[in-house]
Amino acid sequence: MSAADTIKVYHSAERYEKNPATREPRWVKYTILSMALGFFGLFLLLPLFAVFTEALRKGFSVYVAAITHPDTLSAIRLTLLASFIALPLNIVFGVAAAWCISKFNFRGKQLLITLIDLPFSVSPVVAGLMYVLVFGIHGWFGSWLADHGIKVIFAVPSIILATTFVTFPFVARELIPLMEAQGTDAEEAAISLGATGWQTFWHVTLPNIKWGLLYGAILCNARAMGEFGAVSVVSGHLRGQTTTLPLHVEILYNEYQFAAAFAVASLLALLALVTLALKLYAERHLS
Amino acid sequence: MATAKTFRVLPGFGLTLGYTLVYLSLIVLIPLAAVFIKATSLSFADFWQTVTDPQVVSSYRVTFLTSLAAAAINVIFGLLLAWSLVRYEFWGKRVVDALIDLPFALPTAVAGITLSALYAKNGWIGSLLAPLGIKVAFTPLGILVALTFIGLPFVVRTIQPVLQELSLEFEEAATTLGANRWQASRYVVLPALLPAIITGFTLAFARAVGEYGSVVFIAGNIPMVSEITPLLIITRLEQFDVAGATAIAVVMLVVSFILLLVINVLQHWASSQGSRLKEGKAA
Repeated sequence: MSAADTIKVYHSAERYEKNPATREPRWVKYTILSMALGFFGLFLLLPLFAVFTEALRKGFSVYVAAITHPDTLSAIRLTLLASFIALPLNIVFGVAAAWCISKFNFRGKQLLITLIDLPFSVSPVVAGLMYVLVFGIHGWFGSWLADHGIKVIFAVPSIILATTFVTFPFVARELIPLMEAQGTDAEEAAISLGATGWQTFWHVTLPNIKWGLLYGAILCNARAMGEFGAVSVVSGHLRGQTTTLPLHVEILYNEYQFAAAFAVASLLALLALVTLALKLYAERHLS
Repeated sequence: MATAKTFRVLPGFGLTLGYTLVYLSLIVLIPLAAVFIKATSLSFADFWQTVTDPQVVSSYRVTFLTSLAAAAINVIFGLLLAWSLVRYEFWGKRVVDALIDLPFALPTAVAGITLSALYAKNGWIGSLLAPLGIKVAFTPLGILVALTFIGLPFVVRTIQPVLQELSLEFEEAATTLGANRWQASRYVVLPALLPAIITGFTLAFARAVGEYGSVVFIAGNIPMVSEITPLLIITRLEQFDVAGATAIAVVMLVVSFILLLVINVLQHWASSQGSRLKEGKAA
């Protein structure tokens, strides 16, 4: 779902409610609204409240103890590390891919766009499995890695790889439609006035795409920090070593430490709320 | 007109395309190829036996049916939500609009444990349903709840922009010609939204088929009853049956690729239909 598709131009709904052709009887409006908002409340609002209620059920001290536990802190560190590596990688890739796709014509462009979107269609579990097949003990590089004492699977590198895979398309798919819509006139003018390619990108292209870039990066980061399935397959669940925040939630939950599990989950729910707020902010600037 | 190749003014084509292809190959294409190559180490008979094992077939059925039902529920309520957001003024509209994307932003594991807490028999919703004899958590109904949660934004965010851009002239014309509000909605607006509705349905369905994190906590994972296919891949891996896991993964990948193809065709259809009916373009 790219920003270009979802940008909401806030025409007020008044133009429908005042127009005799689209005005609806009050009972119709309130029936539809109550069904829609009832569903919204039941499926979205209630779970959001429940995360925080469950997290604080055993009191604030249990909450604080859970999120300052050394295992939680190490999970936070690993989650940040994976995101801090995956995010810049996918930003650089996204800009490079959007540059060649939007500014040039070449054969196979449509196929390339489809291939870039591929990770969104692959089940996260299958994504994890792929890396097991490449780097696992019986995988392609398994024995070579074992001979050289390098651990990839059930270790941090595979967590970073899996995170990079599941967040791969986010930045590229925001930038491609945006840069295609902007065309090449501004860049061509800069080049013909003597700017270098790098200057053109830095001073002409980047200011035009910064909100789209931010939008993609926000979504990429949220997914990177929240990924569960793919990371679960490759992590090995070594407590305090290869558990990210979502995996730590799972471990606590399976040990029936519900308050602690929800306390850690509430951190991720806060991240989701911050993500939505930032996304709204970027959308305002995009439209 | 000269081809772009002859008069390429802008620099960086070779560099950016080269980098894109190398990075794409390393992160996506080569690892994906590993799944298919690994699968060829199985004889066809073994492969077939693995992917048609009764437990696996039952997981296809559970995954497919719950995904289908969840996408259908999302079409109904997603349409009502998109309609409400575009056509009505109400208090708190902006907040509702922003929170529609919550399932995109909330990690699936968090959704999973929260929904199972809500729908367990001592949970807020589960305790209301228990006296009626309805069990949700740890049954296929629980899977349906989780998949409905994660699929909703796909439907709303596909229908909403189309409805927003739909020219008012069509409904005005229908009203002038004597249609009542229901007829104008049913015979004028709904057909215009149909490509978006079908696209949203397919996107939600495709996402649901591969979903793991939100489902495992609430499903109960009872073999032959509430086991989803991605879970079986993990179970096989935990039993060190890498070949078995790979065979099931191949089936899932083929299904994903077919759905991706269908979605591409649908989106093309929806966008051409959408631009035909846009504000200002109505003839």
